[in-house]
Amino acid sequence: MSFNAGAVIADFPILSRTVRDGKRLVYLDSGATSQKPTEVIDAESNFYRMHNAAVHRGAHQLAEEATDAYEGARSIVAQFLGASVNEIIFTKSATESLNLVAYAMGNAPAGNRFQLKSGDEIVITEMEHHANLIPWQQLAARTGATLKWFEVTPEGRLDLSNIDSIITSKTKVVALTHQSNVLGTINPLSEIVKRAHAAGGVVVLDACQSVPHMPINVKELEVDFLTFSGHKAVGPTGVGILWGREDLLSELPPFLTGGSMIENVTMTSATWAKAPKKFEAGVPNMAQAVGLGAALTYLNRIGMDQIFSHEKALTKYGMSALLEIPDLSIVGPTDLEMRGGTLSFTVGDIHPHDLGQYLDSQGVAVRTGHHCAWPLTRKLGVPATTRASFYLYNTNADIDALVDGIRNAQKYFG
Amino acid sequence: MQLDNLYQEVILDHYKNPQHKKLSPTYDAQVHHINPSCGDEITLNVTLSGDTVANVSWDGVGCSISQASVSILSDLVLGKTLAQAQEISDSFMALMQSKGTQTGDENLLEDAVALAGVSQYPARIKCALLGWMAFKDASVQALAKNQ
Repeated sequence: MSFNAGAVIADFPILSRTVRDGKRLVYLDSGATSQKPTEVIDAESNFYRMHNAAVHRGAHQLAEEATDAYEGARSIVAQFLGASVNEIIFTKSATESLNLVAYAMGNAPAGNRFQLKSGDEIVITEMEHHANLIPWQQLAARTGATLKWFEVTPEGRLDLSNIDSIITSKTKVVALTHQSNVLGTINPLSEIVKRAHAAGGVVVLDACQSVPHMPINVKELEVDFLTFSGHKAVGPTGVGILWGREDLLSELPPFLTGGSMIENVTMTSATWAKAPKKFEAGVPNMAQAVGLGAALTYLNRIGMDQIFSHEKALTKYGMSALLEIPDLSIVGPTDLEMRGGTLSFTVGDIHPHDLGQYLDSQGVAVRTGHHCAWPLTRKLGVPATTRASFYLYNTNADIDALVDGIRNAQKYFG
Repeated sequence: MQLDNLYQEVILDHYKNPQHKKLSPTYDAQVHHINPSCGDEITLNVTLSGDTVANVSWDGVGCSISQASVSILSDLVLGKTLAQAQEISDSFMALMQSKGTQTGDENLLEDAVALAGVSQYPARIKCALLGWMAFKDASVQALAKNQ
């Protein structure tokens, strides 16, 4: 089946509304959050309308249906990632997933492989979103471990030239992004994974910007933990995924404790359920998990390889159109290999907020600022950038609107 | 175009020719304020003479709204007493929170009334207030130091 952008657009009701006095909505901010197709909106509201009950509890039909729907969503996620169903943990967000791993590691007692102490090393990169930076920075501060990082080259790639001194026998965890939310850079993983494993460490992958956009199989990536958020993958807000290898999840201590995550409880002690329940304390975001199941089913039906090729074509078209604009500089790789559909740029002396405001007046929605990756934008010497990020429902016409908008903004502020 | 309500000529003029944008070598108080959601930064110096604002100077990076706003503020409060500066500041705050229902007291706010359009763009109000918050902070610190 060939990709039909027109049919895809019709699936997303919000894309038919207008903004700013009748302008067509040109939504180029999917890197922040994606829009939702009707079937996701329906799946979430139908859960509330027909099946709502607390999962894993209750001796009644609704509880049974709710549990089936929730666990069914878990199976869909597992299949989507090429994982086993017991390796899929529902969280409220990717940010929570990353904090879960960091805090759980901080809870590891002596003898546990995840225990961190002074002398151990945590490795991240300079291009991390704050969500995959601060949890590790703070874990290092709490445990006395040392935080190290790969730097970013002026072209916006990871500098792996000093990999031998960054990943050492002391490395306990390497946490990095699969695709930069600012630069669009897709990071090469195999060498990093090989070295981290040789050192006895684990690799945590922030896949928020990759899982929604390309085929992903966790077994092929050979990483140990992976997270993404539902709302960036045409799913609802309030649901994130943490995938972890089964043997590791069994050794990793819990983060949040409470209902549902126990095996046995007395007044003075408790033992834990097996993963994934061990990591899902409390009544979960059920309707959102069900909505995410519908989202991944939708994406699968379109085809992740089709979506990836579509975005690659958009990126190629967008890159050459943007580079024709005088005074525009791309912040990130300009070659199209190992890069996704996120284009950050600066335009002469026009501050990104002013450019974003102008584009908004034309109906074009972009993100401006440091994109929650402040150390990265500082390193690259730009206080802020404007970012256009593409998804399956974008077309060349959207890019044309962006380009026209930028050119008109140059006249407006010139 | 509605956008013209936001980007009035006065604002673009101040953005292109910012006033008092050169940090004074001496000061009673220096503050550094950041807008964490967008990365705009400002350093602002205040010198008092008794309860009068004897000097305001600043440096920073940011959008036209934040830069023009601090430029306008510097012009406005220079030579005023702290009580007058407070009155101006209160009036400006009220204007920013007016959601487009007020045009501002031109006698009091002078060029700052050009920022009235900002109040219709909730995401930009913090840009306009960056310099004003910095001045408030610096003047409190300067006063404390001189007492």
